[in-house]
Amino acid sequence: MSVTVSIPTILRPLTGDQKRVPASGATLGAVIDDLETRHAGLRDRLISDGALHRFVNVYVDDEDVRFTGGLDTPVADGGTVTVLPAVAGG
Amino acid sequence: MTETGLTIRRELVEKMIAHARRDHPDEACGVIAGPEGSDRPERFIEMLNAERSPTFYRFDSGEQLRVWRGMDEADEEPVVIYHSHTATEAYPSRTDVKFASEPHAHYVLISTREELGPEAEVRSFAIVDGVITEEPVHILED
Repeated sequence: MSVTVSIPTILRPLTGDQKRVPASGATLGAVIDDLETRHAGLRDRLISDGALHRFVNVYVDDEDVRFTGGLDTPVADGGTVTVLPAVAGG
Repeated sequence: MTETGLTIRRELVEKMIAHARRDHPDEACGVIAGPEGSDRPERFIEMLNAERSPTFYRFDSGEQLRVWRGMDEADEEPVVIYHSHTATEAYPSRTDVKFASEPHAHYVLISTREELGPEAEVRSFAIVDGVITEEPVHILED
């Protein structure tokens, strides 16, 4: 299972400035666990208390995972995961 | 980048103000993209405020993905991220600082609060690691 993960500017210090990194896993949660083994610190920027941060958008194959099962969203071989911090404020 | 402030064409400033007025009293928001590393805002992109709120804004997640991907493919980046404050001054709120996530962007605030009358207040800030730095705005006349 190989997937490509797009990393936003603000998290690139954790990936040696790479925009896209490979990972493996059958679900989004497994992909994030796998990323953490090579890019320590990434998981904490995406997940807290076992769920995705509310203000980080994560898409699997361009679908916002908020509507597809969150961390349990299946990821297909050759699929893409895109991380974008929400642009928000008051 | 922040030493020199924001340099922006008059036309783009007017577009942000027009958008803010149109959506008043809800907050308006959007992006001005420019070539990566240029620090030059060029392509004006109005975004939906998914919250449709007078006190909060958030880009629609699907629209944000399309726009961010479009910038990526065109070797652009968000040079300006703007939003309006419709009852308070054009200064970043605590939530603006909390969610600021584009370290290279100029965060532009437009106030359309009533006491300004026909004037709009436009100010620009760098927001990096929770620190707000106001920067001068140089407007290029068309």
